[in-house]
Amino acid sequence: MRYSALSILRNAFSGNRDWKPAWREPEPKSHYDVIVVGGGGHGLSTAYYLAKEFGVRSIAVLEKSYLGSGNIGRNTTIIRSNYLLQGNNPFYELSMQLWEGLEQDFNFNAMVSQRGILNLFHSDGQRDAYRRRGNAMRLHGVDAEILDRTDLYKVAPYLNFDHARFPVLGALRQKRAGTARHDAVAWGYARGADSRGVDLIQHCEVTGIRREGGRVTGVETSRGFIGCNKLALATAGHSSVTAEMAGLTLPIETHVLQAFVSEGLKPVIDTVITYGGGHFYISQSDKGGLVFGADIDMYSSYSQRGNLATVEKTIEEGVSLIPGLSRVRVLRSWGGVMDMTMDGSPIIDKTPLDNLYLNAGWCYGGFKATPASGLCFAHLIAKDEAHPVARALRLDRFQRGLVLDEGGKGPQPNLH
Amino acid sequence: MASLISCPHCGVRPKEEFTIRGDATPVRPGPDAPEEAWFAYVYLRENPKGRIRESWHHTSGCRRFLIVERDNVTHEVYSVVDAAQAKEAAE
Amino acid sequence: MSAYRLTTGGLVDRSAGLAFTFDGRPMRGFAGDTLASALLANNEVLVGRSFKYHRPRGILTAGSAEPNALVTIGTGGRREPNTRATVAELFNGLDAISQNRWPSLKHDIGAVNGLLSPFLGAGFYYKTFMWPAAFWEKVYEPIIRRAAGLGKASMQPDPDRYEKAWAHCDLLVIGAGAAGLMAALTAARSGLRVILADEGFRMGGALLSETAKIGGQAPADFVASVLEELKSFPDVTLMPRTTVFGWYDDNVFGAVEKVQKHVAEPSPDRPVERVWRIIAKRAIMATGAEERPLVFGGNDTPGVMMASAMRTYLNRYAVAAGRKVAVFTNGGSGYATAQAFASNGIEIAAIIDSRAVVPDVAPKGARIIHNGGIVATKGGNRLSGVVVERSGFEEVIECDALAMSGGWSPVVHLACQRGRKPVWSDEHQAFLAPENGDLLTPAGAAAGLSGLGDALKDGQEKALAILRGLGKRPKLRDLPEVEGEYDPAFAPLWYVPGAQQKAFVDFQNDVHVADLGLAKREAYGFVEHAKRYTTGGMATDQGKLGNVNMAGILAGMKGVSPAEIGTTTFRPFYTPVSFGAMAGTSRDKESRPTRYSPLHNWAKKNGATFVEAGLWYRSAWFPRAGEATWRDSVDREVLNVRANAGLCDVSTLGKIEIFGADAAEFLNRVYSNAFLKLPVGRARYGLMLREDGIVFDDGTTSRLAENHYFMTTTTGHAAEVMTHLEHCAQTLWPNLDVRFVSSSDQWAQMALAGPKSRTILQELVEDDLSNEAFPFLSAREVMLKGGLKARLFRISFSGELAYELAVPAGYGEAVADALMEAGAPHGICAYGVEALAVLRIEKGHVTHNELDGRTTPDDVGLGKMVSGTKPDFIGKHLAGRFGLTAADRLQLVGLKPVDVANTIRAGSHILKEGAKPSLTNDQGHVSSACYSPGLQSPIALALIKSGRERHGEKVIVWDGLRNEEFPAVICSPVFIDPENGRLHQ
Repeated sequence: MRYSALSILRNAFSGNRDWKPAWREPEPKSHYDVIVVGGGGHGLSTAYYLAKEFGVRSIAVLEKSYLGSGNIGRNTTIIRSNYLLQGNNPFYELSMQLWEGLEQDFNFNAMVSQRGILNLFHSDGQRDAYRRRGNAMRLHGVDAEILDRTDLYKVAPYLNFDHARFPVLGALRQKRAGTARHDAVAWGYARGADSRGVDLIQHCEVTGIRREGGRVTGVETSRGFIGCNKLALATAGHSSVTAEMAGLTLPIETHVLQAFVSEGLKPVIDTVITYGGGHFYISQSDKGGLVFGADIDMYSSYSQRGNLATVEKTIEEGVSLIPGLSRVRVLRSWGGVMDMTMDGSPIIDKTPLDNLYLNAGWCYGGFKATPASGLCFAHLIAKDEAHPVARALRLDRFQRGLVLDEGGKGPQPNLH
Repeated sequence: MASLISCPHCGVRPKEEFTIRGDATPVRPGPDAPEEAWFAYVYLRENPKGRIRESWHHTSGCRRFLIVERDNVTHEVYSVVDAAQAKEAAE
Repeated sequence: MSAYRLTTGGLVDRSAGLAFTFDGRPMRGFAGDTLASALLANNEVLVGRSFKYHRPRGILTAGSAEPNALVTIGTGGRREPNTRATVAELFNGLDAISQNRWPSLKHDIGAVNGLLSPFLGAGFYYKTFMWPAAFWEKVYEPIIRRAAGLGKASMQPDPDRYEKAWAHCDLLVIGAGAAGLMAALTAARSGLRVILADEGFRMGGALLSETAKIGGQAPADFVASVLEELKSFPDVTLMPRTTVFGWYDDNVFGAVEKVQKHVAEPSPDRPVERVWRIIAKRAIMATGAEERPLVFGGNDTPGVMMASAMRTYLNRYAVAAGRKVAVFTNGGSGYATAQAFASNGIEIAAIIDSRAVVPDVAPKGARIIHNGGIVATKGGNRLSGVVVERSGFEEVIECDALAMSGGWSPVVHLACQRGRKPVWSDEHQAFLAPENGDLLTPAGAAAGLSGLGDALKDGQEKALAILRGLGKRPKLRDLPEVEGEYDPAFAPLWYVPGAQQKAFVDFQNDVHVADLGLAKREAYGFVEHAKRYTTGGMATDQGKLGNVNMAGILAGMKGVSPAEIGTTTFRPFYTPVSFGAMAGTSRDKESRPTRYSPLHNWAKKNGATFVEAGLWYRSAWFPRAGEATWRDSVDREVLNVRANAGLCDVSTLGKIEIFGADAAEFLNRVYSNAFLKLPVGRARYGLMLREDGIVFDDGTTSRLAENHYFMTTTTGHAAEVMTHLEHCAQTLWPNLDVRFVSSSDQWAQMALAGPKSRTILQELVEDDLSNEAFPFLSAREVMLKGGLKARLFRISFSGELAYELAVPAGYGEAVADALMEAGAPHGICAYGVEALAVLRIEKGHVTHNELDGRTTPDDVGLGKMVSGTKPDFIGKHLAGRFGLTAADRLQLVGLKPVDVANTIRAGSHILKEGAKPSLTNDQGHVSSACYSPGLQSPIALALIKSGRERHGEKVIVWDGLRNEEFPAVICSPVFIDPENGRLHQ
């Protein structure tokens, strides 16, 4: 059923009784061409593009919980393509371009809202680093501009211009950046994949990867063995656990990142803002909640819950940046489990096993990458070669000294 | 664990006083080890779900590196020992 | 509905009248009122508008689960949106404003959404607003955003103070109702260190709303006597107005205390709120139970209220919710409310009971409708009647208030915050707390028990178990007898069939039964999907009232038990916490520590302009009269250093004293260059790598004695280098005999640079400073005239003849003054970090602009500083990887514009002449740039592909952000004195 204003009208008069399920609930078949492990944003978008762009007919997505139960549903919903490095920038820009046409493409309103992002700078050195980054973006045709203090005041007068510990000097802005409704992204891809014949199998946990020689033959699951010609892992947060089933060790440590939402408010912050004096990012959702976050909790964790010290630190940063938040109340905090890689950049690559493909290491930048990640991963799976914009996201880059270290932090995963 | 750490030198202290470095299991190879061993040491992590050994630095305390053995699902802490003593015991 | 204050009774202080306003209208209440009870006493029944349909809403509860009665209180920087009137303590002068309505609460244009509701079912927005694509941000979204949200944030600075504190106890009791009081008392009597925290401003919980007799006393008197006894124990802390919002690892609880939220003008000497981290050996969760709304048509009309809340308003606040009250119930609570009204002489319109068989507990003469259900309500903004359906017959019953009770849900929120889900109990028809070991024990109603007597007993028993677990001998006393309490047993009723109006499940977010049906039909029936699709449970009350009904209704639709549906995840915060409280004292300038150099005062005296550098304030430049811009000052300082001499504060550099027999070996392993043979009295520039072969930090290390070294690091990485050394010494090579300590704060360090620096310095120093006696890279202790020992290093960042002099921090200002005085005849000037930057760029020295965590030593021309002979050092083994040695890596070069009128800006990129701007054509970037007054030209350092081979090539400096590009020529990064003649003079 195609969603449209007309379909809403028609259903309104029939008591909304004729809406069809957004996706089927199929029983797993015994064999698929491609099995994608992980029904999160990346797994679902991979399946969607495999079916839509690469004509793969027999695809299953196996999800151990409910669709979209991973980080796609527990992030701060920011989309942007303001990257510095040549290996990253075109990839994220492709993702941004896909966001721009996504809703029409998959016929689901994911509330993609190009509200812009402001990366604030607080010293000359930071300004220069952002100018370097902004110019790298411009070289690739990505929109970027530097706002000085006066321009910035016009855009965001509520920032702490008068009493900040680190003076607010200006910002790198990408106007095309913004936010999207995270759950809707998962549902839109799921519905689009389902309608193209992809079997979305929920509550089906992969417990083992069966191999013969150097090849994968299928997966053991909580619902029995399922065979496949190609196996694709999109289980960020748990990549090490699933890769271990195939005998692989990854350059990844798992960490928990908290995110927060305030009580609903009338519109006050109409863009995405990141704080350069500490680490803090904030935007306001269509429902009115301020959605914000900061650093990971810093220790290894597979639990989706966080630490009070990190909560306090996050909110300290928020109030020091925007003093007017003081009387606003934080409603809820939650935790997402992150694949933190050794250089802060993701991995989309083949593995030492012939027909095993890996999509992992999204650190805390996975949401914005959802469309390009799916498209590039689908490209890799279907054609056995990397998509041109994802060539740098290779698994062997650590071994070969070709790391993509946007932050220049070195091989300590919790610093990225 | 994740709220309080029982430092062998300073007693029970809040998490805020510590800096966490990461997995404490990789052992620095000898000078003659092949590059592959160095690559594994610097980059590869077993990253198991469950019981792990992690390197914590008591930054705002005794400034010792500690090996915290803990569960990364339940956040239970099993033991906290000084890293140097742990290395000595292992050797 | 016509609500009013009874002439007698209640726990309010009738001698203390309070004035307040609601939407500008003046009203009066009493001390001891909440805003809600006072509004009700003033017959204000319509208090808010719902989120989606803007429906008129009244007060529903008397506690923290309130979804409807959200108001904005306070003005200016004290404005607080979304304040629950049901927990806001009334104070004199309180101004409350209703929310989410325009133009007024009674006449809200947004209510048109209600008429459109067939189009606005759950998730409708996911299905439309997609065409044309550009319309979302420009048209649809702004409308949705304006309609959404609740209150308005002030976005102004907050005039009040906040703070944070730690507390420790043997037992934390959360909730001071029957179970909590008895648990605290039992533990206190047996000598435990107890904290009793309660969110209310008056302790007692549900006891304050009931009329049963406890030990012969009225409940409030019983509470008072218990509190009095608790206060007599020195180790008991009573914390009223304190909400425990989170349960974290290691039994650490987060709590927020309202310190001065109930006063009109908070004292500036105390915080308005305080966040507590309570470390408890054990905790008892005596958080009570929440009464469940009934889901029937029209259940949101103002005047429909929880039965227990009506009892609270009646008994505690002496406020009657109406003059003719109907009751809709599936259990005992409805009857208790009817009794309470009847005993106050208030008419009971009817008691509608969903059960076939009902106990004989109704007030005398009250009409009881068995097997009945309400299918609609009348009245719009104010309830005027209910439509009751029984056995297929409908009847309208007039009433001005309706008490509803759907049973009870234990408040298990905290117990479910650490990964475990609540457990469905068929016996209790409710979700109970999961098993959490002995760290957090539910007690009383929170444990699923019903009745005051049982709660008192359970509180005592749970405390006894904890005492035994802690190895304490309990002192046992008899429990007081409870007389006249009602039986709260109920039969589950998830929703009332035949609804003729919307039957709300989540009041605030306007989720009604049909939305859940739609969600299920569209494959969003899994509880997490249903929540996210319908937004049920996502409002400011986090589903405290509605979530259990959502589970029950979904279970009914699927034909399964609520156990199979489960709940969504409980997460902090139990109730919302202000940013201000959570930030505590960390705000504005106090958001981070501030570090001042020991020479700060000296710089200030010399007129410095300061700049934030990490936590430090550093002197940036020293303007003089007649200088129009910062550049004038910096140019003068640079020229003067090159011509005469200048003094610069470099105290912020990291400084580490290193001792031990193996110190040399240690340094040799942490630096990439050789350090074993550094003689005593000499300094050496050292390069530190990360294990991946990338430059980490640089600085000089001097050998002051056989086993004593002094290391300096960059200002920015001082802490990281210290930690790195500790890591190396403690975990990699604990067998090395080396010890070190940071002395960054102990030394005032100043750079004296320029051709006349020796002459000036010699006037202060006893030792011979001639080039022969104290050549370049000398480093040793010297004696200053007057007898002060100092450390002198002949090192240079500027490229001039230069020294760094370190004296104990307390002497810094005096020594700097003396140097300035001695240097005055020689033209000395103070110079700041801006001039320092120009001097080092002219000399081609790198900083973190170049060492950005991605560059190798070879990239920045320091390849020779990587030992080829040392068997091991940090960063040796992975430095040879393909990517790190590729020929086209970015390499450090100098850059000069062809036309000196072109200013080079750091962050610009480099293109080949004639090349189209693109990432593929990117040749590198400018890392540092300045104007060189000596060369009278802008100059820059840049990292350019294969740059060292390209000296002399003309390239384009491209700053797309400014739409600027101009030609420049690649040159050596050393702009002045490449032969280093000045260093050695």
